[in-house]
Amino acid sequence: MKALKKVIHNLDPKFEKGGKWEKMYPLYETLSTFLFTPKDVTKKGAHIRDGVDLKRTMFMVVLALIPCLLFGIYNTGHWHYELQSYVNPDQYAGYENYLTGFWDKVVYGLIQVLPIVIVSYAAGLATEFIFGFMKGHGLHEGFLVSGMLIPLTMPADVPLWMVAVATIFAVVIGKEVFGGTGMNILNVALTARAFLYFAYPTSMSGDKVWKSGTSELAEANGGALPDGASGATALGDLASFVGDAPTVSGQAMSANATSGEMLSKFEGAYDPVHAFIGMIPGSIGETSTVAALLGGAILLFTGVASWRIILSFFAGGFVFGLLMNAFGANAYMEMDAYYHLIIGGFAFGAVFMATDPVTASQTQYGKFWYGFLGGGLTILIRVLNPAYAEGIMLAILFMNVMAPLIDHYVVQANISRRKKRFKTA
Amino acid sequence: MSKAVKLRKGLDIKLLGEADKVKSDLEQPSIVALKPADFHGLVPKVVIKPGDKVKRGEVVFYDKYNKDVKWVSPVSGTMEELVRGAKRKILEVRIKTDGSDDVVQVNPVDPASASREDVKKMMLDNGLWPFIKQRPIDVVADPSVTPKAIFISAFDSAPLAPDMDFVLHGQDQDFQHGLNALAKLTDGKVYLTLNGKVPADKAFQNAKNVELNKISGKHPAGNVGTQIHHINPIDKGEYVFTVGPQDVVTIGKFFAEGKFDPVRIVALTGSEAKNRKYFRTILGAQVAPMLKNNLVTDNVRVVSGNALTGDKIDKDGFVGFYDSQVTILPEGDEYKFFLTKGWLGPGLDKYSSHRLFPTWLLNKKKYRLDTNMNGEERGFVVTGEMEKVLPFDILPMQLIKAIMTNDIDAMEALGIYEIAPEDFALCEYVCTSKIAIQEKVREGLDTIQEECM
Repeated sequence: MKALKKVIHNLDPKFEKGGKWEKMYPLYETLSTFLFTPKDVTKKGAHIRDGVDLKRTMFMVVLALIPCLLFGIYNTGHWHYELQSYVNPDQYAGYENYLTGFWDKVVYGLIQVLPIVIVSYAAGLATEFIFGFMKGHGLHEGFLVSGMLIPLTMPADVPLWMVAVATIFAVVIGKEVFGGTGMNILNVALTARAFLYFAYPTSMSGDKVWKSGTSELAEANGGALPDGASGATALGDLASFVGDAPTVSGQAMSANATSGEMLSKFEGAYDPVHAFIGMIPGSIGETSTVAALLGGAILLFTGVASWRIILSFFAGGFVFGLLMNAFGANAYMEMDAYYHLIIGGFAFGAVFMATDPVTASQTQYGKFWYGFLGGGLTILIRVLNPAYAEGIMLAILFMNVMAPLIDHYVVQANISRRKKRFKTA
Repeated sequence: MSKAVKLRKGLDIKLLGEADKVKSDLEQPSIVALKPADFHGLVPKVVIKPGDKVKRGEVVFYDKYNKDVKWVSPVSGTMEELVRGAKRKILEVRIKTDGSDDVVQVNPVDPASASREDVKKMMLDNGLWPFIKQRPIDVVADPSVTPKAIFISAFDSAPLAPDMDFVLHGQDQDFQHGLNALAKLTDGKVYLTLNGKVPADKAFQNAKNVELNKISGKHPAGNVGTQIHHINPIDKGEYVFTVGPQDVVTIGKFFAEGKFDPVRIVALTGSEAKNRKYFRTILGAQVAPMLKNNLVTDNVRVVSGNALTGDKIDKDGFVGFYDSQVTILPEGDEYKFFLTKGWLGPGLDKYSSHRLFPTWLLNKKKYRLDTNMNGEERGFVVTGEMEKVLPFDILPMQLIKAIMTNDIDAMEALGIYEIAPEDFALCEYVCTSKIAIQEKVREGLDTIQEECM
């Protein structure tokens, strides 16, 4: 280590102002501060400082995302081979054997998912560095987390160029124009997803994208999926309950089916245990409530994420689920409230997206409101606006915008409480 | 109407290196210094020249903008030199002691029977006034205002802070005398706040002419700002004076004997000092005699005051005017490999208020913390961390942001009149983004002083 330290820091003068490679300073700074915490000492104020820094904090979030990533890799492979199992064996010989092969799924998942992760990091870091060079500072750590979150919110079949475009858009428009890490208003990863969602809806929604290989299969099969196969997600099916043509897993139900029939069929297709574990189709990292909660446990244990937001987000989702039950106007509304929390990206969003400290409410009381309303709004969008099957992305983005308003009221309450203190004293 | 305040928020940083409870006389220092930088915003007008003889208690400089406020020499001797810094700013006025005891003698006055004007004049003329600080702004008190209250904290909760009960032990009379004098300065009360966790020394417990309150909790429970906030908060337009316990003794002694006699008991603390104890010395004494053959390593930082709010001084520097403590910390000017001692290391040697280090599970250990920043400065990202260590009904992050954006209305509304930089020292310690919070607070206070006072 000593040798490495010597080699690296002998280069210091070359990158400093006036040095030979002065212009490359941001890159050098990023790499050298990654390897070695700098020797900078306190100058003013407190002479000792807490051991924590942004690198460690952000690294912990990346660590907490690993369970979701690993499960996502497996799940991608799983649904790919599940889909293939419907194919006429003559056509896709040997595929049915794969359905039980754990490692086959993992390998397929890796092939699909890793390029997305790499593209997201490469595009994002390159953009960050360009801004770093412009402003003369090294990489700020925020993107380390965004770079992992973005792939996890994408469907496995998303074209890589779209990932790159969305990431660049999110970093530039979502973050750097506001001043970089710590200054953004909207969650960077969700900005990337929302960009694709509205710019390229066919790649981000519908029933052709959630299981890897759906569109190829449909093409090979003459434009439609084989009998019994379906590319829909739980949320997509639920959204169809509100319209005239309810379907579950690709199978149409009669328009006259009662709510009870629809829901029991739905529960058969996506039973709660599978949904909780995450064995349902969806974006790469969002499906598993278990993995998200595991990550959440890491974040809460280390104190990185706010328990206020996570707790109130789940509470908000559940309470609004109950509220929907109370109306009970259609089958979707009658669905058990807890179901909302385990399907789609609810848990993933609550744990990793809503808790982004920069875009969430910054006051302690505000965090309760922010989480509760975010969770509630997710359910409202899902149930009342079937055009947007998954509500959590829009709900969190909306709450990002509303967070300063919530904080404003908390701050005003503090101000008037403190004023009152003088009147009564 | 005595209160017992309990604080839930705060942080006791477990530093290695408390001073042993032994008082030792340090021989008369050969040089002492008054440092104008100890008094924020002061522009001194020095009235003696190098080579001039001064008596103990004779005026050395006064405040250019408030000529009534004067500083006097803590020893008799000759002025040695005027140490200047950038832009010819006066950093130190050094006085070489001559071993004699030439002292300015005035007639002792019983403050209880004197008028406010007499007490005030006596304090101003004889260099006692600078011991009094005022809130808001946290500067030397403005003699033209009448404070609504005077606060004295009977304990210090900062890291490795000296035990004030031990320091004040046996000085009951002078302390009481000082309290009597201070009581004359206000229409309200003098508040003496005791540590609710341990029984206080008799000097504190039996104090008369004051309101005794108790406060218990982690640091900054001992900060006078915390106590004011919970006992008698400051509104815009109000003033509160604050005085340290040892300074009250000096004031009391003056009124009893008519002589300026600024004996100070200074605790030598910190992991890098070998023989840590309490030294009886004099205001503005040079630290060199305390440190002689007494350092574990050479690469140390000498801090006059505590590790959170003190001032960095040289090894032959001088104890600050308000300080009862010298802290010796290891310098942290070395690179730390990320996997061993750096940002991703196990962190068993780091004390953190965040649970990102395993040390929060190990309860008893004490830490040898160095002066490394442990990271680089960033924009605010993490929220809620400052709120955990600030036992004020004040929103720290919002206030700091108001200061950064120079929003005076917001600063006022969010409570800048109640705070001093030292109250935010823990916020600075815990800040993940390594922002210089105390400096920001001071900038805010400067703005307020300029625009609103």
